[in-house]
Amino acid sequence: MSTKLPKINLDQVVVKFAGDSGDGMQLTGTLFSEISAKDGNDLSTFPDYPAEIRAPHNTVSGVSGFQVHIGSKRILTSGDHCDVLVAMNPASLKANLKWAKMGATLLVDADTFVEEAINKAGYTQNPLGDGSLSSYSVIDAPITSLTRAAVLELGLDIKTAEKSRNMFALGVLLNLFNKDLQVAAQQVEYKFRKKPQIGEANKKVLEAGWIYVENLELISSTFHVGKASMEPGNYRNITGNIATAWGLAAAAEKAGLQLFLGSYPITPATDILTELASLKSLGIKTFQAEDEIAGICSAIGASLTGSLAATSTSGPGLALKSEAIGLAVMTELPLVVVDVQRAGPSTGMPTKSEQGDLLQALYGRNGESPVVVMAASSPVDCFYTAFEACRIALEHMTPVILLSDGYIGNGSQLMKIPRMADLPAIHPPFAQPNDPSYKPYQRDLDTLVRKWAVPGTEGLRHRLGSLEKTDAGAASTDPENHQRMVKLRAQKVQKVAGRIPELKIEGDPNGDLLLISWGGTCGAVRAAAERLHKKGISTGHVHFHHIMPVPRNTAEVLGRFKHRMVCELNSGQFAGYLRMLFPGLTYEQYNEVTGQPFIVENLVNSITKIYEKL
Amino acid sequence: MIEGRIAHSDIPLTKDEFVSGSMVKWCPGCGDYSILNCLTQAMARTGYRKEDILLVSGIGCSSRIPYYVNTYGFHSIHGRAAAIASGAKSANPDLSVWMATGDGDCAAIGGNHFIHILRRNVDVNIILFNNHIYGLTKGQYSPTTPMGTVTKTSPFGTIEQPFNPAELALGAGATFFARVPDNNPKLMTDCMEAAAAHDGTSVVEVLQNCMIFANKAHYEITARETRDDRQLILEDGQPMLFGKDKQKGLRLNGLQLEVVEIGKDGVRPEDILIHDAGHEDPIMHMMLSRMALPDLPVAMGIIRSVKQDTYDDLLEAQINEQKSVSKIRCMDDLLNSGDVFYIS
Repeated sequence: MSTKLPKINLDQVVVKFAGDSGDGMQLTGTLFSEISAKDGNDLSTFPDYPAEIRAPHNTVSGVSGFQVHIGSKRILTSGDHCDVLVAMNPASLKANLKWAKMGATLLVDADTFVEEAINKAGYTQNPLGDGSLSSYSVIDAPITSLTRAAVLELGLDIKTAEKSRNMFALGVLLNLFNKDLQVAAQQVEYKFRKKPQIGEANKKVLEAGWIYVENLELISSTFHVGKASMEPGNYRNITGNIATAWGLAAAAEKAGLQLFLGSYPITPATDILTELASLKSLGIKTFQAEDEIAGICSAIGASLTGSLAATSTSGPGLALKSEAIGLAVMTELPLVVVDVQRAGPSTGMPTKSEQGDLLQALYGRNGESPVVVMAASSPVDCFYTAFEACRIALEHMTPVILLSDGYIGNGSQLMKIPRMADLPAIHPPFAQPNDPSYKPYQRDLDTLVRKWAVPGTEGLRHRLGSLEKTDAGAASTDPENHQRMVKLRAQKVQKVAGRIPELKIEGDPNGDLLLISWGGTCGAVRAAAERLHKKGISTGHVHFHHIMPVPRNTAEVLGRFKHRMVCELNSGQFAGYLRMLFPGLTYEQYNEVTGQPFIVENLVNSITKIYEKL
Repeated sequence: MIEGRIAHSDIPLTKDEFVSGSMVKWCPGCGDYSILNCLTQAMARTGYRKEDILLVSGIGCSSRIPYYVNTYGFHSIHGRAAAIASGAKSANPDLSVWMATGDGDCAAIGGNHFIHILRRNVDVNIILFNNHIYGLTKGQYSPTTPMGTVTKTSPFGTIEQPFNPAELALGAGATFFARVPDNNPKLMTDCMEAAAAHDGTSVVEVLQNCMIFANKAHYEITARETRDDRQLILEDGQPMLFGKDKQKGLRLNGLQLEVVEIGKDGVRPEDILIHDAGHEDPIMHMMLSRMALPDLPVAMGIIRSVKQDTYDDLLEAQINEQKSVSKIRCMDDLLNSGDVFYIS
């Protein structure tokens, strides 16, 4: 530990690592997060990377970033502007300086600020020498040459040696934040356990970075972020996509069913498929389909034959799956469709986040085709929402669309590890073999749920299909039967409201302003509500996990406040939905479609301005 | 498939027990009736419990068949039966999974799923009703309609080359392909039974007549008066002979098949090619499947039947392997694996 410099205590810090794609910024950010977590900090992370795997070297379009927000208090978002920016080349600085707070610490690799790279980044002169960074605290370390020197004795070729430049930056940061070098070294060793020689080089460079801070009197003080007060227990750092995969797997285990995922690779949802593909020891079957349609259709085949079936995708894939979702609606089979939303329309911005698929999830099918729609609110919440989506799909014999997004899917948080025994039981409504009164569409009088007669069950042979059916399962074009069935399918979905939790208002329970959010923006809107309250506006915040159906007390909660402000990363889809459901109230809206998560400060300022005019 | 995986019925079943009793709504004289008869007969012959059979279909006249068969059935959406059947069999290998599809359903809108189920070799028995026309939408040309045919959407004749389903299937790696005319119920039933016994994706293409929109589309091949000379009914391990008195046969001439007559021009019986359905290299099967009138007879029966691991078996094997070697046995193991730390 550094003892030479005075420590300044901070309750939260935002660090952004930025470099060329391939500079290892995602790994560096992840390691910094994990080491901070072990030091007791709460955290939230946000990888921000380009769609190209290796965009042209040293260009702004090739910059890959990873933001970490750590704190000794509860961390709700991955942070607004950063306190520390690591820029591994001029392009990273150019692309990210606007995200740094005035006065922020900038760690740059001075070796990379050569004429060609400076020009390629779009600078006309070297920003390290022209005084343009005078309001920041700049550490311009010759990271490349010091990295080479650190691994000289290992005899690596230059290219391999330079690949560990990111560890130098990590070493500097860890010292700056008074983190334990031993813990970090172990973590690095673990990451590279399959390539011990590379691991050794990385550890050496990490130490070199650490020592660099010790030996040079670069800075006047270091920082300390204390332990957050968290419920004691075992924790792990988890991304939203992994949490989603695990939530599906947990539900299958709880229901005593095999999990089947039919899926086609698509950014930013692919991690769900890759994770579940690796979990064969849990009896999970994954089917990498030939296209998005086959992804969902294989899942429908699996659901038909008795598995907990799911498909994972992003917006363009959801569009392709529309017709098949209708088939699952018609045949009333349990199915979970995960949509990790990205910026659209069309291919849009695959690696950027948005909440643009809400109306597609609600209505994007032919005919009257109601499904349950839910949305996860944070990386950890992905686990619980995926679990709950499965529980509802199975117990209500319905497709459920689970909306996640690129921000929470790729972002991570600390998860207190749940015990399977503490999760609720799941009871699929299986039909009894040889039940003489079995009819495919006979329903429970209360929930309107039909029974699941899985092929193989004796005495219940029947035919399901995409055609409208009578209760007995015969194809029918009878006008009254169709009207009745359309109504029953809608009511069945509405009945789910009877089991889901009521809305809870955070902050002021009633008053002037109610902030409304759904999905991955929960943390940012919650933080904004807290700040608005501090500014003297009586503000509450309500967050929707359940979108179709909405919780029972929605009308009552919305009516408690004088003004309602719906905050969304789209052009107002949820606001429009609420206007349709509860037309007696007026709704203000705040929308951004930048492909980026909300900046809390922008939210607070913009909402204040709108509020003041009301 | 693992022997005994699909349960057998305790008592022998008859064809009639596989008829659902729903009113059959195909046009009078449709070739589909023959397919329904043969399919129920073949299902009875498998000896599997009716409960353990699942019949999946897409959309079209062909795809109404699940309603008429007394097993579990699933009438799905246009073109997707192969994807649904793949999921059903992979998820639940204890079922005998069958699929009914037509030339439009399978070779047009469902073409992608068709080639990929074959590539994967999922153990599904596909019955392809090939009538060269879209019937349920009332007479538009399909991907198998011969070039130049006048239909409602090709009033001046089609200007598209058709698919030959056998060629398409073999190109996609099919391990079993049979072709039968709809007026030879014995051959059709035998081929369906062999398809059910085959481990992996099997395709039985039925040259089926649509009375209304493409009547006699296959007539040149299937007419009773001329069929002996125009069809070569393949038998594995037997010389490829045809004609009323089996005097005509196939011989290789360079890289081409040719028809020869035994006793003519010094052709001896041993000069005739022997059919080897189990030959791994599909080149001869491809040549047989391409044979067309008027120069060559049309090949009927089992063109190809080779052994290859099935997708569903390999998937189960990987799962069993991972279950035996992995330390992650349940979700609590997974949740507590890897980088876990205690916060006090």
